[in-house]
Amino acid sequence: MSEVIWGLATSHVPSIGAAMDRGMTADPVWAPLFEGYAPAREWLAGNPPDVAILIYNDHANGIDLDIVPTFAIGTAERYQVADEGFGRRPVPDVVGSPDLSFHLLQNLMDDGFDLTVFQELDVDHGFTVPLSVWTPDPGDAWPCPVVPLLVNVIQYPQPTAARCYALGKALGRAIASFECARTVGILGTGGMSHQLAGARAGFINPEFDAMFLDAIENDPEKLAALSREDFIRQAGSEGIELIMWLVMRGAMNEQIRKVHSAYHVPASNTAAGLALFDNRTAQPA
Amino acid sequence: MTSRISPDLPGTYVFDGPTSRRGLHMNKLFMSLRSGAARTDFLADEPGYCARFGLTDDQTKAVLDRDWQAMLDLGGSIFYIYKLAMMDGHSMQYLGGVFTGMSEADFKAAMLAGGRTDV
Repeated sequence: MSEVIWGLATSHVPSIGAAMDRGMTADPVWAPLFEGYAPAREWLAGNPPDVAILIYNDHANGIDLDIVPTFAIGTAERYQVADEGFGRRPVPDVVGSPDLSFHLLQNLMDDGFDLTVFQELDVDHGFTVPLSVWTPDPGDAWPCPVVPLLVNVIQYPQPTAARCYALGKALGRAIASFECARTVGILGTGGMSHQLAGARAGFINPEFDAMFLDAIENDPEKLAALSREDFIRQAGSEGIELIMWLVMRGAMNEQIRKVHSAYHVPASNTAAGLALFDNRTAQPA
Repeated sequence: MTSRISPDLPGTYVFDGPTSRRGLHMNKLFMSLRSGAARTDFLADEPGYCARFGLTDDQTKAVLDRDWQAMLDLGGSIFYIYKLAMMDGHSMQYLGGVFTGMSEADFKAAMLAGGRTDV
């Protein structure tokens, strides 16, 4: 039997990775963001899981628009870091866990979630930046094997927030019945408010983001009730990525304990958020 | 006549199915530019490269003119358009400036000041 021990929600802006890769984390523009990460990184370093699941979306690097899976899972032994155009990030390739992937696939399928299967997948910044937020200096390898779970957030209609939250609940049940690991970390990525295109480019909504950061811990049902239009209107056209945080949250217990959260504007054109939760806490009777 | 099912929000592109159909070939061209060899081919003969991918005349003109706004209007996804912008050495802040009628410096300053909270 396996247990989700923590959930880490974080933005995956490519420039966060670029700032780390180029040694710019102490620059005045970047320092506040990375200072905000420090307490979470310290706690995570002391709580390594046996395996992790990372919920993310690709950005025209591992998959194109010929096929747009709504939900998908990687089942490979290894995932190569994608070359997004000008060389791959200088970070390790990702070791997968096919045993866990196939276990999740079967259990999620039986629970009504018909996932697309990726037997090969190059992972882009949507995947590697959250790993770097977790582990800034991985050396030759990330702390544990990681299974990619992909969500279409780019092409409308994206899955609803409610469906993402339900997928997370099913994921939590599937993890609990996995016998080959003991501890599992789960990462929900993307967000927070941002919009890249159109006359409203640069849109940031700190009030919505503050509400979301609180509710992801204390009232996820409220977030699961938001419509696509709510997200696009209140968090910007790319802020809808936040539905991926709900997959993470759904896989966690009703009561969770916030270890640390941070919020900073801007990371590139984006409001960057981080929230780390301990899943090992007393539950209501 | 087709029914409009995606939200219509001012100043906001919703990359929906019909938009993605319209832009598919152009977006595939943009994605191809991840490879250095493709960039060399593209730069050697941009109209020929656009023809090879089956772009419409309007899309070809938008690409040749680097008319970023027109690329959005003709079905481009910002994540795909960005591949061409990167090739030209432009940042996402540069594109943000183009879309909002600001210089890159002014757009960056607006982001550093907390983003555009009033739009």
